[in-house]
Amino acid sequence: MPEARFWRENQARYNMIGHKCGKCQKVYFPPRDMCPKCRRASMGKMEKIQLTGKGSVVSHTTVHEGLPEFQMQIPYTMAIIELEEGARITGQIVDCNGECVKIGSEVETVFRKLGEEGKSGIIHYGYKFKLIE
Amino acid sequence: MREVAIIGIGETKFGELWERSLRDLGIEAGFKAMGDAGISGNEIDAIFLGNMSAGQLIDQEHIAPLIADYSGMAEKNIPAIRIEAASASGGLALSQGYMAVASGVHDIVVVGGAEKMTDVGDDAANEIMAKTADQEWEAVFGATLGSLYAMMARRHMNEFGTTKEQLASVAVKNHLNGSMNPHAQFRSPIKLEAVLRAPMVASPLGTFDFAPLSDGAAAVILAPLDIAHKYSDTPIKILSCGQAGDYMALHDRKSITRMDATVVAGKKAFKYAGIQPKDVNLAEVHDCTTISEIMAIEDLGFFKKGQGGKVTEDGSTALNSKISINTSGGLKAKGYPVGASGVSQAIEAVTQLRGEAGQRQVSKAEIALLHNIGGTGSSAIVHLLGRC
Ligand SMILES: [Zn+2]
Repeated sequence: MPEARFWRENQARYNMIGHKCGKCQKVYFPPRDMCPKCRRASMGKMEKIQLTGKGSVVSHTTVHEGLPEFQMQIPYTMAIIELEEGARITGQIVDCNGECVKIGSEVETVFRKLGEEGKSGIIHYGYKFKLIE
Repeated sequence: MREVAIIGIGETKFGELWERSLRDLGIEAGFKAMGDAGISGNEIDAIFLGNMSAGQLIDQEHIAPLIADYSGMAEKNIPAIRIEAASASGGLALSQGYMAVASGVHDIVVVGGAEKMTDVGDDAANEIMAKTADQEWEAVFGATLGSLYAMMARRHMNEFGTTKEQLASVAVKNHLNGSMNPHAQFRSPIKLEAVLRAPMVASPLGTFDFAPLSDGAAAVILAPLDIAHKYSDTPIKILSCGQAGDYMALHDRKSITRMDATVVAGKKAFKYAGIQPKDVNLAEVHDCTTISEIMAIEDLGFFKKGQGGKVTEDGSTALNSKISINTSGGLKAKGYPVGASGVSQAIEAVTQLRGEAGQRQVSKAEIALLHNIGGTGSSAIVHLLGRC
């Protein structure tokens, strides 16, 4: 049942829910059960945190040879984003031909279709990013 | 711990080998290595086989006993172990074989690496490569492995002023080295302008910034050093091995312009061998992309962070310069049968240290380094090899 792979992560992907370490306060996204800094001392102390989805671009690329599932979107822009809370994530930047993004550009999340799962055609959703004007 | 030597080497051609199966390739490399070591097969205690993804690439799992079987080893009932660390599978197979001999558990061990990339087509191959990054938090959003390396390149350019010409000069150098290697998949030198003009794959990286996805296999035979001379006039000693890991996803790493797994694996290898980066004469580093080589030569301590592009452009990493990097042509020109690449690197180092590299021979080849990475750098394995 391949679609379980997607809905299992939906809470985090739909709502930008991360984890904050109750020991050192570092914020993680996606959620982690163990803080890589505090390890055992963080067990049972990871707290859910709602992220704002706002951040800035650490690096970016325009993809011309993409995965089969993303062929229709080529060329598309991928970026690593550092969120306001400090966690870094990878996502697509929408409504942008690649020329408009720079390292340091401010972005925020938008909720979009990510793709379809093979033959079953189950659509899965999650965050992408758009530039803040 | 016993000292360990490589007493035999063998590899297939790399490339799009439509007529050859993974089984054929693995057997050919193994036979050649046995022939080189002058062993009959009777002496072999175990086989370690590096392979990234046979299950997806050729629909066959459990390939270590399969290749052992068709190599005539079935009735010897020896252990055959498949080792996986994505593109570092070959390097990890070498380190596991090394430890098995060093510990005294086994005497004669075959370390192989084999990969069949071209049965599935480019799209599927790229999809499988992307799974060596974090599937659920990178690939699912559209990140290819190439796009992740492209983001390292973009950031390296931003932080250190690395240029597209400097990236391209890695490809130009490796193709020139490959032109002198009869085993290389690509035997023609290329011009800087051709690299720069190539179609974009993921900006700023174009077609020529990437190693090809090849079919191929490589094998080496290991023995305890104290009996190595029985088999080889020029056994090559494994001085040390270091392995390290890191966050799976690129975005979680402390820096995307440095691979901490490489830094730590390199430091361990140098420490165990009691030598320093300046003692190394040649290195086969994991140039799956041009930016990978630039970061590797910095992270291994050969050059200062940020200088990798500049020193490649000014020729400091060319054959018989300050340090000879990727004399085989690297993954870029020798070819990139993914899970075999780490073993193939060892073959170039042994060839150089034996003084048998012909036109591309490094004049003072005493110590060689091998550097193999998995995914975007969540695994790194470094070996140091030396003449006895
Ligand atoms: Zn913590």
